[in-house]
Amino acid sequence: MWRWLHPYAKAEASYRLLSRLLPWFACSAVVTLLISLVWGLAFAPADYQQGDSYRIIYIHVPAAIWSMGAYFGMAIMALIALVWQIRTASWAIAAIAPVGAAMTAIALLTGAIWGKPMWGTWWEWDARLTSELILFFLYVGVLALYFAFDDQKAGAKAAAILAIVGVINLPIIHFSVEWWNTLHQGATITKFGRPSIANDMLWPLLLSILAFALVTATLIIMRLRNEMLFNEIHRPWAQAELGVNPPVAVSQQETR
Amino acid sequence: MNTRNSWQVMSTVFKRELTVAVRRKSDLINPLLFLLMVVTLFPLGVGPGPDVLARIAPGIIWITALLSSLLGLERLFRDDLQDGTLEQLCLSPCPLSLIMLSKIAAHWLLTGLPLIMLSPLLAMLLNLPTSAWLTLMLSLLLGTPLLSAIGAIGAALTAGAQRGGALLSLILIPLFIPLLIFATAAVEAAVVGMPNQGLLAILAALTVLSLTCSPLAVAAAVKVSVN
Repeated sequence: MWRWLHPYAKAEASYRLLSRLLPWFACSAVVTLLISLVWGLAFAPADYQQGDSYRIIYIHVPAAIWSMGAYFGMAIMALIALVWQIRTASWAIAAIAPVGAAMTAIALLTGAIWGKPMWGTWWEWDARLTSELILFFLYVGVLALYFAFDDQKAGAKAAAILAIVGVINLPIIHFSVEWWNTLHQGATITKFGRPSIANDMLWPLLLSILAFALVTATLIIMRLRNEMLFNEIHRPWAQAELGVNPPVAVSQQETR
Repeated sequence: MNTRNSWQVMSTVFKRELTVAVRRKSDLINPLLFLLMVVTLFPLGVGPGPDVLARIAPGIIWITALLSSLLGLERLFRDDLQDGTLEQLCLSPCPLSLIMLSKIAAHWLLTGLPLIMLSPLLAMLLNLPTSAWLTLMLSLLLGTPLLSAIGAIGAALTAGAQRGGALLSLILIPLFIPLLIFATAAVEAAVVGMPNQGLLAILAALTVLSLTCSPLAVAAAVKVSVN
């Protein structure tokens, strides 16, 4: 496995690999997203209790799932970057964090939109909402730290350490917030019990979860490719990729 | 390097921290004054009604303690980084994480302990029932080492960065949330006369966990900053 994996420590090789993978991910992301959203938003049966407004679940749940998934992916990349000093992995932190933060923001926004008709309020200090908000803060912290250093390598390493500290803290934060909610007050608005979900609703949901995974992966791949080009711009392969000659200074806008 | 020498290095670093701090007293006193002033702002902001104040006192005291600890943290590594002390510490054969543990301990002694001693005054100002004072001090005793331990991670990470101060708060505040939850819950439980040993035990567990793990993270972060 190492023999197979080893060449990809070089940015050039992994850039080629990502370039090959990108069209597949992008196409399947678009297709699954279209199918699942049309299926979920138009054809899935309405909920007997919530009517049509439950349909936001097809955006909300996948975004929430992958906001957390992206964080774990980022933490794994951080570990790889710190332990094996693989620079591609440290760039992946910068590639994943904004995508994960965007997913968190989508989950929070759609949650608020869903909460208004269901709970009668945009925001409820519910345990899950709160920990999602804190997750957003953690993403912001990692991103801010990544870009706070003059020396970009130091920034990447610092962000990697913070990502790992964050992932250790994440379960603690989650459980403490859950406990806090039960300690302070009983939930004023009982969350609708949804013990099981009808198959007609479940399938589009699963498909949309897959679709969001593919969308997340596509965005991360795109960002990671840019990050590689940006950091390797002094290397011949990156210059060849961009079609610039060595003496030409490339502005940040072009590479990002 | 054997254990005895490591211990010697740790105690030297510890003493040095104390000496440096004593020579710059304003760094010690300013966070406490800040704490006192912010606590003063609350009655002015929410009204001086004793019931309201007593209700929110545990939260106020803990939030202000958290914020004032952020104030002093920025200095924890910055000066040492600039004058090269950190580099020398990195070169020491004593494990860097142990040195960082003694720095954390010194920081707690200089910021956490005064805060605990000040807390009865704050409790009195905010009309916290006397029955809860002991729990408040106990929660601070158990919780402030965590502020120093986790705070040191943030301070070490941002020591080499620009605009370190705001960044420090940004990355640390989310990590302090569990502490805030359990500490205030313990004090509030004491106010209403409910058992709170469980909450204090969790607080102690969080502190032990952070004291165990954070020196490693601090050492890694210091190495990043030094390079």
